[in-house]
Parts: sequence; structure tokens; C-alpha cells
Amino acid sequence: MPRPRIATASLAGCFGCHMSLLDLDEGILELAELVEFDRSPIDDYKEFQGRCTVGLVEGGCANEENVATIREFRRCCDVLVSVGDCATMGGIPAMRNLVPLDECLQEAYVDGPTVHNPGGLPPGDAEIPRMLDRVYALHEVVHIDWHLPGCPPSPEAFQAALTALLSGEPAALPPGLIRYD
Amino acid sequence: MTSPHESRVRDICRQHGSDPVRLLDIARAVQSEFRGISQQSIDTIAAEVGVPRVTVEACVSFYSFLSVERQGEITIRLCDDVPDRLAGYETVRDAFVHALGVPLGGTTADGRFTLERTACIGLSDQAPAALVNEVPVTGLSSDRAREIVESLSRHGDPRQLVRKLGDGNNAHPLIQSMVRNNLQYPGAILFSPYNRGEAIRKAVAMSPAEVIRAVKTARLRGRGGAGFPTGMKWEFAREVEASPKYVICNADEGEPGTFKDRVLLTERADRVIAGMTIAAYAIGAAEGVLYLRGEYAYLLPFLESRLERRREDGLLGSGIAGKHGFDFDIRIQMGAGAYVCGEESALISSLEGDRGDPRDRPPFPTTSGFRASPTVVNNVETLCCVTRILEEGPATFCEYGTPQSAGTKLLSISGDCRLPGIYEVPFGLPLREVLELAGGESAAAVQVGGPSGRLVGTSEFDRRICFDDLATGGALVVFGPDRDLLSIVSAYTEFFIEEGCGHCTPCRAGMPAMHDLLERVRAGRGEHADLDRLRELGETIRRTSRCGLGQTAPNPILSSLEGLASEYEARTHEAEAGMRQSFDLDAALQPARAVPGRAPAHL
Amino acid sequence: MSESFTFYIDGVPVEAAPGMTILDAAQAAGIWIPRLCWHEELEPFGGCRVCTVKMNGRSCAACTQPAEPESVVENDSVALREWRKALVELLFAEGNHFCMACEKSGSCELQALAYRLGIAAPRFEHRWQAREVDASHADVLIDRNRCILCARCVRASRDLDGKNVFGFTGRGPERRVAVNSDARLRDTDLDVSDRAVDICPVGAIIRKGVGFTVPIGARRYDGAPIGSDVESANDELESANEHTEGGAAATVRQEE
Repeated sequence: MPRPRIATASLAGCFGCHMSLLDLDEGILELAELVEFDRSPIDDYKEFQGRCTVGLVEGGCANEENVATIREFRRCCDVLVSVGDCATMGGIPAMRNLVPLDECLQEAYVDGPTVHNPGGLPPGDAEIPRMLDRVYALHEVVHIDWHLPGCPPSPEAFQAALTALLSGEPAALPPGLIRYD
Repeated sequence: MTSPHESRVRDICRQHGSDPVRLLDIARAVQSEFRGISQQSIDTIAAEVGVPRVTVEACVSFYSFLSVERQGEITIRLCDDVPDRLAGYETVRDAFVHALGVPLGGTTADGRFTLERTACIGLSDQAPAALVNEVPVTGLSSDRAREIVESLSRHGDPRQLVRKLGDGNNAHPLIQSMVRNNLQYPGAILFSPYNRGEAIRKAVAMSPAEVIRAVKTARLRGRGGAGFPTGMKWEFAREVEASPKYVICNADEGEPGTFKDRVLLTERADRVIAGMTIAAYAIGAAEGVLYLRGEYAYLLPFLESRLERRREDGLLGSGIAGKHGFDFDIRIQMGAGAYVCGEESALISSLEGDRGDPRDRPPFPTTSGFRASPTVVNNVETLCCVTRILEEGPATFCEYGTPQSAGTKLLSISGDCRLPGIYEVPFGLPLREVLELAGGESAAAVQVGGPSGRLVGTSEFDRRICFDDLATGGALVVFGPDRDLLSIVSAYTEFFIEEGCGHCTPCRAGMPAMHDLLERVRAGRGEHADLDRLRELGETIRRTSRCGLGQTAPNPILSSLEGLASEYEARTHEAEAGMRQSFDLDAALQPARAVPGRAPAHL
Repeated sequence: MSESFTFYIDGVPVEAAPGMTILDAAQAAGIWIPRLCWHEELEPFGGCRVCTVKMNGRSCAACTQPAEPESVVENDSVALREWRKALVELLFAEGNHFCMACEKSGSCELQALAYRLGIAAPRFEHRWQAREVDASHADVLIDRNRCILCARCVRASRDLDGKNVFGFTGRGPERRVAVNSDARLRDTDLDVSDRAVDICPVGAIIRKGVGFTVPIGARRYDGAPIGSDVESANDELESANEHTEGGAAATVRQEE
């Protein structure tokens, strides 16, 4: 029987959730026995290799590339899990949602006290993904099956959620694992 | 050093006895004289009245007719209620904006004009309408808007805008208004000829308990909408052993689309005052307050004169109608633009000079109301009914209506009908027949009871106007077949968001969330599941809100989801599997496209 | 004073004295009713509505509703839990709550309640409306982004400190906590030792200089969930409640 495939990605996040996943310590070896990692920064696959049972995505959508990625994850994964506070509610990147985009860019690239930018314009190369008007939680862009909050979610939360999901059960975990910090 | 401005503010406080209970009156007076209540005036008032400054600020920031920023010498408050929108509000607004050169909410550079929008001002039958300072102007058009600005620029006197006086007492020297009564269908009870003093004389010939029994026998229920039995309310207040007690007339009709009390106060003011006096006799009150909504300030001098005439006639004051020991008098409290103050406990907060935040019940006002004393709050129309019951006896009153709903009901009808105005109909009349009377037969939907009531579709037109079927405070707004009903639902939802006091979570935070979902559906970006979300959230708000405003605020959406489900379903769509229909990438990228220096994308 | 009487919360008989609210009677009996604005030292406010229960089938706020003899009160039911979750989620959506960067995290009643109600992600769209921060005072900071308008500071300053440092301005969604000066907190007579400071259930009013000094694991709600202090007053009830709580405290929640 083929092992279930897992894909992961980090969008507008800090990779802290991936670090926490790796913090399973020796548990990561057990996990590697149970599953096949597909597209993920852990194995450096940039494209999906096949259909996946579970997609774990940290970070929210801050730009058009994030949107394209989460949509592809939705198309390629049976179960999609929003991982961490940035994915579930926008998190730290969403602090910019309180300020209009043009003001954010002006401050970051033109007016900020440490900025040296003789051109006086925000970077505008066509290769740079355009930013969205605000940072969106993942469930605002695609349907999400489960949420794993936390900044980051604890290794125990990952363990519990993955154990449940891989045995085809609802990812209902013991009390005490919901954390927003 | 005290500036002349501040010493005048201090004088205003002293004219009101520097009494914290009169804070709203003080604030109104300062606003009217100085066109705003500056930070410094707030300090002065707080010091003079002896309350924390933040208490004064809390009050000033609550009422929409009060402002910290200085307004122009003339404030034009354009009514932005649904009937006004149906009648061309937008073109009138644009004409004012253009003629004055300021946006809504703006003040002209010369400090002469402020332009604002406001919720229903009780002139839905002659919409679009506006208040220019306190003067109502009706039947507006874009031409008329330009004329108004031009004429005010010349003479600066809003009263000169009145060219043709309205009918009845609208032409009275103390009113002199262009407002029309539009009394399309006067019934046998409320608008019957009035013989001043008759009801009081009959009342004082009875014992207070007998008066209450008469009101109970007539099966009178409150006309404001909730329908609480009036006799029972009086009995509760009577039974409390406390002194003083108060009678309050709720003339703060703010339910959008309602204007019946305006006409009663204009044409049957004496009957209202008599009703208060009878209530006072029944419960043992010596003081009464008529809480008049700020929008009806143009009626104030007239109403004061009616009170004065009754004092002269021995129908107010001491020993009323010759009854030794029956002393009662009434003062008028002006509101300042807050719908929620129509809720009786909020009205009491407002009367005490506070923000108009509703209060927890129990205790009910009949136990602990105005100044923590037993208080009866009755609607204008209810009090007119009381007078009539005493005049003619309960039996005559009960000849009209149904067993559960005795008497008649005043309806304020506006919107898409040929004969907008006031209708006094016996309870139990089917909605369809009401629409026929008003020339609204082609209606596709009717908002019955204002936004807090129910949006009724054609399938429900055989329902009857009465407490046990279509209960209503009396506002009927008629919508023809070409109207976008969801835009109307949206407007009414916005109304509740603006008028909520903000005290409790469900109404304050929940209504904006409902509005978001509704707008999503209206924009074609809603999923079918959004309709369930609306129903669930609406139910939560209805069941957990603290006062009547919050409990009814979801009604425009909930009732239309029931009666007009197809309007919603036609606009919901399901996105590609797993995607969210609500997310609009193109719109989300709009601000980024506007950032300068961006090379064209090749993605 | 008349005699005490009995009423029932989820079938459990509870004693109350006349005039006692449902919440106070429940509290004394070791039954926890979720709440935010209520505080034992303050007059009830009835603002958050999280303590909504049903008395004889009608919903009401347990913190303001007097208990009635023989009345039947529903507290821990699926319907009420859903309403309470929605209210807490609305508070998150209304303000700007970034728990990961908040000094109050771990000791915040809003957060702890969300944990206990099993809220894994917000259901409602955030309003993303920036609110004023006032750091003018030497020892105390107000961050209105985190304020849930519970009026604890207003009541505590007025009734416990005798000062009236706080009040409310605006109405509807524009309601805000205001201070008793024409602009800044430093111009009021607030003192860092005032009860109004530490009584804030969230991170809206915080003392300066002490943020993040308590290590993760030792914060107020790191050990036991919110409400367990009330429940532990009655061992028998505690075990009954744990039993019913299991299903609710799922860590992740399926998107509906």
C-alpha cells in the first residue's frame, strides 16, 4: 500500500511553524516512516509530484503568488490544514492591514528613517509578486478543512493532528493544545 | 482668564440649575448657540455641573445632533432613509454637495453651512426631506436644493424657506411649517373631534383604580410596537409604594418610516397631554415629561403653548379639574438625534442627562425608572387612546379591532404608493386592503413596522395588522416591483449599525459582520453557505442582545431571508471546487496596481 | 430579608438569596458560567453577553438576571455554547488582537475563553480598523486595539478607586474607552496602583515595564483552563463538567 503523501508550504509566515514540526525530534523519523513528503521545503520539491492526502500550509496570503500557491494546494490535497496564526488569522504580517498598502510601501521603501533609496519609488520589477490590498487568512481564499492555531503550534499539536488525520479521523485533539502564542 | 464664550457656557449651565440631569439640555443649548461643543466648553460644563469631564464627552459624542467640531451657522441635515432614496435622495444630495462645494459631513470654508445626512426625520410621506437647522423642508428636488442654498446664502434665515404653509395646525403661528399632515384616512377614535377637559373631568370623578380598570376593560395595548397592556403597566407603577412617581410620554418616534406621532402632536396635542394627565392620576404621579425627538423641535413652541393653555384652564398644575390634591405638571425634554432613545430604558437614561444607553431589566421602569422612581413610559398614540377611552368609555373603544387587539391603529404609509400619509384603521385589517386604501396595490413587498419589523412579500399580503399577526408600531413602507429589495435590506441594516449604542457585543460587533455577509451576497460573491451563516448569526444576535434594538436589528435580513429567499439565492454562486467565491483577486490587487513605478506584470 | 430559595442550573439544585443574580448564585455553588465583563468586585454591566443562559426557556444575561425560585436555567448546552463562541469570535473580529505579540497572552481572559470554547480560527471577517494607542502615561499604556469594551476599567475607577478616569464615547461600532482629560492619559489622575489598571481582562490597559516577565508555563491560564478555579470549589461538579467538556474542547475546528 502506498504511503500517504504530505505537502507543506510557507506563505506569508516566518517558517517557525515548519521549525516546530521539525521539533517533533525523533518523532519526525517515525513520521517519515509513515508518510511520503511531496512538495515541501523539507525535501525541496518545488512542484507537486502527485495527489496528496494532507497539505499543511503556514502563513497567510500577502501577495498574488501566495494566492496561486494556496489554490494549487487546494487542488492537489485531499485535506488542507491551515497551520499557525498567520494562516488562520493573518498573524504578524496582517498588522499591515491597519495601514493602506501605499502608505506601507512608502514607509518601507521611501520614507523610513533607515531607507536609502535614491530612486524614491518602491521596487517595481515585474518579477516581484504584486501585494494584495491586505493579508488574508487562508480560509478567506480557499476552503480549509482544519485549523491548527499557535505561534507556532506546538510539536504535540502537530503530532496529535497528524496522527488523527493519517488514520482518517477528525483532527480533534486533547484539550489544552489550542494556543494563539 | 475666562473667555466671553466660556462665561456664556457657564451662564447656560446656570440657567439649567447646573443640574447634571439637565446635561442634554445644556449641551443642546451650547450646540445651538455656538454651533458646537468645544473641548474647552466640555471642561467648562463639567466644572460647572460637577461631573467628570469624560461624562460630558460621553454624552456629547452619543447624540448625532451634538458635535465637538464647530458646525456652520446653518446645518442642513438631509434625510437618508429608504423612502427618501426611493424618491430621489441621491440627486438631491449631489445637488447640495455641488451647490455648497462640500461633501456630506463637511462645513463650508466660510463657516456658514454644514451638510450632513441623517436617519429618518419623520417626513417619509413627503420625501425627500431635510432639516435646515430646525426647519423641515419637504418634497426636495435637485432644483429646490440649489434654490435653498442660493436663498440661504442671501438671507441666512431657514424660516424664509417656507413658502407655502402646510394644512391644519402646521399653519399655526407657532409652527408655520410647510409640513403637511397627509391625513388620508382619519378614523373614529384618534382624530375624532376633541372637547378639551372632558376626559380629565370624567377621570377625576372616578377613583384611580377605576381609571385603570377602564383602561384594562378597553384592552388597551401599547402602540409603540411591543403591545404591552397599558392598564397592567399602570397598575405595576401604582402598586409600588414610593414617591415621587413619573409619567413620561415617549414622543421619540424614530422607527424609520414612522410619522404618526408628528401628526398627533400637531393636530391632537391636547389629547396626548390629557392622556399623560390621566396616567398621572391613575398612578399617583406629580411630574411628567414629554420626551420630544430632536427632529420635531419645530413643534416645541406650539406644544409649550398647549401646556400653558391647559395650566390656565386648570387642566395642569394643582387641583386639576377641581380635584383637590391632584397636582401634576409636564415639561418637555428635547432629544438630540438618537433612535435608541425610543427604547424606554434608554429614553430614561437620556432624560437623566446620560448617554442614551438602554438599561438592564429588571428592574423595570415601573419599579425603578426616572431618578430610580416608579415611572410609566407610554407612546403618544397610546396616550391619545387613553383619553379617548375616558371620553367615550371602554365599550365604544372595543367596537373596533379584534379580541386581542382592540381599537384602531395609526399607520404611517410611504414609499411606492399613490397616497402616502396617515391612516387610522381598525386592528385586523388585512395588509392587502391597507395597500388598496393607499394606492399601493402593485407592491412587491412592504416593510411593516419599520426596519425592526418585517419585510413582507406578496405571499403574506393576506396577513392582518394586529398584535397576534403582523404586529407593528405603524410604519409601512411600500416597495414597487422594480425595486432592488436587497439594497433596501442593506440600508436598514446600516441604520441599525449606526444607531446602536455599542454597549453589548452581539449588536455592536455582530451587525457589521451580518452587513459584510449581506454585501458579499449582493455583490454576487456569496456562497449558499453564507445564507446559513446569516441565519445563525442573526439568531445569535436576536437571542443575546441586551435591548430591543439589538434583538430586532437582524430582522431586515432574517425576515427577507424567510419571505424573499429567491432574491438571495439568485445571487449566490459556488466557486470552483474548494475555492472561496468571496475572494476577489482582481479587487485585492487594485491598490498594488496604483503603486507608482510598477513594471507591467507578465504573470 | 426573606428566605433563600432553590432553582436549577442544568438540573443541579442551586441555592440563592432573593435578589441574587443567576451568575452569583452559580458562582457560590461552584458552577462556572462563561463571562468576560463580569467581575466579582464590580456592579454587573451586561455588556459582553457571554454569560447568556436560558431561564425557563428565555435567554438572558446571567450576570444581571436575578435568580427566581424554582426556575430552570440552561447553562452548558450545545446551543448556548454556539452563541458564546460566536460572541467571542465577534470580539476577536472587531478588535485587533495579535496574541503572539501581546504582553497579556497567557493571562488574557478573552484568549483563555476562546481556548476553552474550542475556537481554532475566526469565522467572521476582521474589521481591520486601527484604533488609538495612548502611551503618554509614565506607568500605564492603553491599546484600544485590544479593548473589548467591558467597562471594567470604567466601573473600577469610579467605584473602587473613586476617580472616574475612564468613560465611553461614541456609539455603535465607534464606541471607545475615553479618558477623563481632553486627550491623554497622562493628564488624568490615574495611578499605576489603581484597581482600574490590573482589572482589564485583556491587554488593553497594561502596566509598562513588566511585560513578558512571567515565563511561558507560569502565566495565569497556562496550567488550568479559565473557569476551573470556580469549578474546583466543588469537586463533584468539577468531575461532571470535565466529562461534558471533552467534546467541546476539540483543538481544531472544521470549517463549516
